[in-house]
Amino acid sequence: MGRILIDLLRFNRQFAVGLVLLAIVLGFALLSFFSPYPPNDSFVVPPDVPPSWAYPMGTTSRGQDLFWLLTFSIRNTLLFGVTVALISRLLALVIGLVAGYCGGLVDRALMSINDTFIVIPLFPILVLFYFVMKDHMSWGLLALMMACLGWAYDARLIRSVALSLRTREFTETGIFSGMSMRQILVEEHLPYVLPIVFSTTMNNINWSIGLEVTLSVLGFTDINTPTIGVLIYWANQHTALVAGIWWWIFFPVLLVILAFIGLFLLAVSMNEYIDPRSRLGRSGG
Amino acid sequence: MSALLEVEDVSRVYRTGGLFAARRVTAVDGVSLQLEAGRPEILTVVGESGSGKTTLARMILGMVPPSTGAIRFKGKDLADIRGSRARLAFMKEVQPVFQNPFEAFNPMKRLDRYLFATARRMAGVEGEAAIRDAADGALKEVGLSLAEVRGRYPHELSGGQLQRVAIARALISKPALLVADEPVSMIDASLRASIVNLLRGLRERRGVSIIYITHDLATAYYVSDRILIMRHGKVVESGEARAVLDDPQHPYSQLLKSSVLSPEVPPTGAAFHA
Amino acid sequence: MSEPVLTVSGLRAWYRTSAYGVSREVRAVDDISLSIAAGEIYGLAGESSSGKTTLIKTIANAIQPPLEVLAGSVVFRFGDRPVDIHRISREALGKIRWKHLSYIMQGSMNVLNPVRRVRHTFFDFAFRHIGRPKPEFLQVVRDHLQRLHLAPDVLDAFPHQLSGGMRQRVTIALATVCRPEFIIADEPTTALDVVVQKGVLAMIHEIQRELGSSIIFVTHDMAVHANLTDRLGIMYAGRLVEEGRTADIFRAPRHPYTAHLIASLPRLGDTAPKKGLDGAPPNLADPPPGCRFHPRCPRASDICRREAPPMAELSPGHRAACFHPEPERPA
Ligand SMILES: Nc1ncnc2c1ncn2[C@@H]1O[C@H](COP(=O)(O)OP(=O)(O)OP(=O)(O)O)[C@@H](O)[C@H]1O
Ligand SMILES: Nc1ncnc2c1ncn2[C@@H]1O[C@H](COP(=O)(O)OP(=O)(O)OP(=O)(O)O)[C@@H](O)[C@H]1O
Ligand SMILES: [Mg+2]
Ligand SMILES: [Mg+2]
Repeated sequence: MGRILIDLLRFNRQFAVGLVLLAIVLGFALLSFFSPYPPNDSFVVPPDVPPSWAYPMGTTSRGQDLFWLLTFSIRNTLLFGVTVALISRLLALVIGLVAGYCGGLVDRALMSINDTFIVIPLFPILVLFYFVMKDHMSWGLLALMMACLGWAYDARLIRSVALSLRTREFTETGIFSGMSMRQILVEEHLPYVLPIVFSTTMNNINWSIGLEVTLSVLGFTDINTPTIGVLIYWANQHTALVAGIWWWIFFPVLLVILAFIGLFLLAVSMNEYIDPRSRLGRSGG
Repeated sequence: MSALLEVEDVSRVYRTGGLFAARRVTAVDGVSLQLEAGRPEILTVVGESGSGKTTLARMILGMVPPSTGAIRFKGKDLADIRGSRARLAFMKEVQPVFQNPFEAFNPMKRLDRYLFATARRMAGVEGEAAIRDAADGALKEVGLSLAEVRGRYPHELSGGQLQRVAIARALISKPALLVADEPVSMIDASLRASIVNLLRGLRERRGVSIIYITHDLATAYYVSDRILIMRHGKVVESGEARAVLDDPQHPYSQLLKSSVLSPEVPPTGAAFHA
Repeated sequence: MSEPVLTVSGLRAWYRTSAYGVSREVRAVDDISLSIAAGEIYGLAGESSSGKTTLIKTIANAIQPPLEVLAGSVVFRFGDRPVDIHRISREALGKIRWKHLSYIMQGSMNVLNPVRRVRHTFFDFAFRHIGRPKPEFLQVVRDHLQRLHLAPDVLDAFPHQLSGGMRQRVTIALATVCRPEFIIADEPTTALDVVVQKGVLAMIHEIQRELGSSIIFVTHDMAVHANLTDRLGIMYAGRLVEEGRTADIFRAPRHPYTAHLIASLPRLGDTAPKKGLDGAPPNLADPPPGCRFHPRCPRASDICRREAPPMAELSPGHRAACFHPEPERPA
């Protein structure tokens, strides 16, 4: 794995650029630990100051230093994306591997659940969820909800690989060596699907960040936890653009776009490496 | 005398092809055979490539269910083996050796873990040292040793070495029936002789019955007690091995026998004569 | 004789691995030289794990760590310019592969992608080289499969739906469909029944006659060598120990290992197995000093324990590496 990463860095421009972008965003998020103000305090600095040496990204109409506020917001947003991705990867892995391995009825049952999740419309469900939970709505709950909605497509991908692994003879050798199903799935099959999991993780983080921002901007989330979406929500509430406070919108959007591009490039470059066909071509078959 | 294995009029149909061009392949078509419990023997299955030998073996191993017909091991129908404990007990007694040694082990994993897992789970050996001894003992029987195999990945061994590891693994749980699918096709003549002798020794010393699938009629001739010749999923001829091979009756058996290349340079030179 | 198509000289390729903190060098190919003429079928035989596959991998430049080439060269001559296959760029190698040089690997599942239908594998590998429109290409492939006694529907199957022998033939078809000038085949017929094997050998022979291709054919099945190959090289423990015209080697083997090999060939009708070689196959990570065969050799003497015998021409076109070769037998 370490070797692969080094190779990717050396030979793949996309990967290198993606990594640098992500490092910038991540470094920015880490700065939040050094913030002089807690994230939810307002009127700690003069409001509506344009970007300057004292306030590199300006201040908001609520008297917050946008630079430091943004460090918290991007941290929460990234954390949200990663949490959703991790939980949904876990679901996708377990369901995909089990369906592929067991085949038959189990496979059919799991895959029909899977297909239901693929076709149900996400946005209305999430909005509905918000209206049901209302005051109990929290960051964690939303993450869990989105994870439950975000595994289906990748589970199908993993299942198709697992199906073919099931037909390989080494799986039979494992069975006749007395290995349990769990052992075979975790020790024999998992290494084959991990690459898929890595690359879909990036896409999934992107997807969940995008959805979270959309929902937040519209006010369908917990608006007391600062995220990029919530930040833009407040900017809209104060009609920032109309008032000419463009930096309140510009910097959050810029940051989230950087994160998007970084993650996207990583996903694409890893995908290219992982696709068995391109790898076969490289080794010359 | 009770039967070790009874295969009764077993068939297996596969569906292949896409959604529209679905096609049925009858891989095995009405095959019956029987092995007696008190009389270990080597039953050789030969036949055309694609004639269903591997499919038959996989059904006997309980890996695919027959489409019709029944298979009983020690009087118990394989279809009735349910639950992991019953499966384990069955697998302890019936072990496979697969056709392609390069496929038989996970290329991403070390070989020794299969040996150790078999010793621990199937043979019930306890303690690290005892497990290593069990693996080493089995490897010694096939002319290898744990020192040569330990920590190595499948691609680090040659085809012949891998196949011997596969046989060693199958021997660890001391099975009553070994289903060996072309175990020697990747092995050179001199080692082949020793593996075939090993199979014979297993039958004599340990009373293991062996279903031995092969394309090599010369070794089949001296190692097997009975022979089954298959074509298009059907048994076309069967009987006492030497009698059948000395004087084959069915036209396909005759063709098979006449197609065996003799290890001598034809007098007209090296040119191949089809 | 015209310029050889392939010249291998002083080739040395070792596996360098470390496991449990112990590093080992497996000397799988140790100082091998040989040459192959145009239109020749060269057989390679030898014990299991004597390095046949490794030699072939180095010749085809399918080298992956931990395999390393330490010395020697492999020079092909397609057209009139010689190329050292270890010293050309990836792109150049890619051009040579499949079109001029094709390699049938041992263990056929390794080339067939388990999640794709056979048809796609043909497209991936051969479409560019054949350079015909799709329907015509498929027709070419179908006709070619026919010659290998395969029904065209194997194209729609996934590899695991085929029997071992069918998969083997699919890989042979894949390697020969572009009609290359040089074919390297590692145990291509081991999973086939004798009837089909005969057919496949006839087909290989036919392609060879038609195109004048050269072939390196690896198998431990001496009967195949006897019936197919023009010349034969015998490997033992990483070294070439004997080489000559197939007929000569079968009639009068000079190296004691070859002599044993020929004498112990099983024949249909044997009622007892022929005796295997005494002693264990040598460990290539720690080969015996001197001649690597000496611990198992009936003719070994002191010098064999000390020095490695060089390859020497014992009679025209017949070389062996032995201090005490078996006596020559007149034809
Ligand atoms: N999983 C499967 N799905 C569809 N068809 C299959 C499957 N397995 C085997 N077949 C078909 O069944 C037939 C018999 O295959 P099998 O592997 O049993 O042959 P075999 O006698 O072992 O041949 P070989 O000597 O080449 O190994 C073949 O036509 C094959 O295509
Ligand atoms: N990747 C590897 N790493 C370490 N050792 C290896 C590797 N591949 C092969 N070897 C070793 O090199 C030696 C020669 O192997 P090779 O596969 O060339 O033998 P072979 O003559 O083709 O045998 P067979 O007829 O059984 O296929 C063996 O001892 C094997 O264990
Ligand atoms: Mg088979
Ligand atoms: Mg080999």
